[in-house]
Amino acid sequence: MAVVKHVVCPVCGALCDDIELTVENGKIVDVKNGCAMSEAKFLNYACEHRLLKPLIRKDGKLVQTSLKQAIRRTAEILVDSNFPLLYGWSSTSCEATGVGVELAEEVGGLIDNTSTICHGPSVLAIQDVGIPTCTLGQVRHRADLIIYWGSDPWSAHPRHIERYTSFAEGRFEKSEWKSYLVKTKALAAKKKVESAIRRVAAEQKPHIASPAKKELCPAILKKGRKLVVVDVRRTRTAEIADYFLQVKPNEDYELLQTLRALIQDQEVDVEEVAGIPVSQLEEIAEAMINCSFGVLFFGLGLTMSRGKHRNVDAALSLVRDLNMRTKFAIMPMRGHFNVSGADTVFTWQTGYPYAVDFSRGYPRYNPGETSIVDALLRGESDASLIVASDPIANFPRKAAEHLAKNPLIVIDPLMNATSQVADVVFPSALVGIEAEGTAYRMDHVPLPLRKVVAPPKGLLSDEEILKRILREVRKIRKTRQAEAA
Amino acid sequence: MQKTPKLFVTLLTGRTIEQGVSRELGKFSEEYLDNVAVCFIDAEDLRKLGIKEKTNVLVSTGHGAVVVRAFKSPRGSHHGVIYVPYGPWANAVVDPDTDSIGMPSLKGIPAIVEPALDKPVLSLKELVREQFGKENNGGC
Repeated sequence: MAVVKHVVCPVCGALCDDIELTVENGKIVDVKNGCAMSEAKFLNYACEHRLLKPLIRKDGKLVQTSLKQAIRRTAEILVDSNFPLLYGWSSTSCEATGVGVELAEEVGGLIDNTSTICHGPSVLAIQDVGIPTCTLGQVRHRADLIIYWGSDPWSAHPRHIERYTSFAEGRFEKSEWKSYLVKTKALAAKKKVESAIRRVAAEQKPHIASPAKKELCPAILKKGRKLVVVDVRRTRTAEIADYFLQVKPNEDYELLQTLRALIQDQEVDVEEVAGIPVSQLEEIAEAMINCSFGVLFFGLGLTMSRGKHRNVDAALSLVRDLNMRTKFAIMPMRGHFNVSGADTVFTWQTGYPYAVDFSRGYPRYNPGETSIVDALLRGESDASLIVASDPIANFPRKAAEHLAKNPLIVIDPLMNATSQVADVVFPSALVGIEAEGTAYRMDHVPLPLRKVVAPPKGLLSDEEILKRILREVRKIRKTRQAEAA
Repeated sequence: MQKTPKLFVTLLTGRTIEQGVSRELGKFSEEYLDNVAVCFIDAEDLRKLGIKEKTNVLVSTGHGAVVVRAFKSPRGSHHGVIYVPYGPWANAVVDPDTDSIGMPSLKGIPAIVEPALDKPVLSLKELVREQFGKENNGGC
């Protein structure tokens, strides 16, 4: 039995690097320090949904085939295609993505990563406005005001709060964990008292007047780290916040611009904005201005709602304005564990972070035209290669329909909705568990993914499978060129 | 004949920890179906629909319709807003329009929710077969 320490967790963009795994007989049997998702991944990677043999569709059925045949068939599909799509990349290593970009250039295809349906609008806004940002280490040690906007880290990045923000014990800022416990106990006691009063009031007639409600001192005035959550519903993260603003759906833009106005000491002559009284917004604006170092983390609540990149534009502009009064940073909450790495590798190799079209022989970037969902909605592609992603489950149905109509190749460790409708399926080794690689954390810090156990016999890494496909594509093209000459 | 109650709502999609965990257990697992083919509805709206928790409801938008199981929202009220976790069931009804920037409209979509006592929640395999006419008849 061996304990492997300092393992990087290949689940979400927070890339926790303090996981301890116990390995027995080549299997992970225990996980320490991981969140619920991390434990589920490390302990269930060898489940019954694991792909173990390459599959190929014959007479409408997926049947087992050899790796050599699967590679040959894939290369033929890509070479014969006029406009193939290469998609995924956010749940694999940077090294695999690098080979993928090379392959996209070789076959003249469109390559896109999952940013396109998560923080793509953030990238567009950042290109317009710029981004004052920092590393998560700086947040942990120095930030005294944390804002989560349109993001629920308690559900999507479960250890983000504990490792980097409110509950992290920083060098200069202390953890708010104890005060949260006190608050939780006080709330539970308050509920019991209220329930007792209701019971007594129900038993005794005439009616007993409930105690007059006192205006509590706003939590935003407390000392220590403050946590503000802005969301359309009361999330788990909102439950622990010092201040929760429940914004109406699709009205984040109005709220952000109002805060910008308040921070610039402008009068706002309405009672409420996006369902929130302006008096509350004034308190938040004051807390923003008076903090020493504030950080705004934003999620898909901004990028997927009406306004999309304009919402992020307003958030970035708010932080830019705040930097005239104090120190403030902003960071997108990246979802997949290496989506930042996919953007980074795309940028190194093509000059653009996502939605890159090689069909003219050189890289073109114009999201809305060269982004995968648009290409699918226009019905332009005639084949697809999907790596470590599940677009049949994750794309709007209309876009997914075109994907399923044409030859579809999938490289993935697990059977998913996309492999169900695929024509060629490659099982791969799980990067970060059975294969090494590099991933970028949401603050663009690169971290090494480790090989903790050996993959099942015959399974290769995404990188190796892609290298073999690329070699085969080049071989076929060379042969065909020679025949044509 | 009694008219089926309907509510005009705003559809939100997003993450839940249960969705994240069950995704790691496998997308064809029972846990994934139980945690993702669901719809969280405000307690008051559930009363208006005349249904209890774990009743099947039909969520329809201008882009499709899907049957999921209704649950009472666990925290706070949000009248007129329903919440479906990310996944193939939510994506059967979201708006594919990207406003020419590449990102479909996955949150804040006008929708209708109504009881669907006689309609089943499709498993992922059935949903994929119904939507795309393909399946994996072989093994993993």
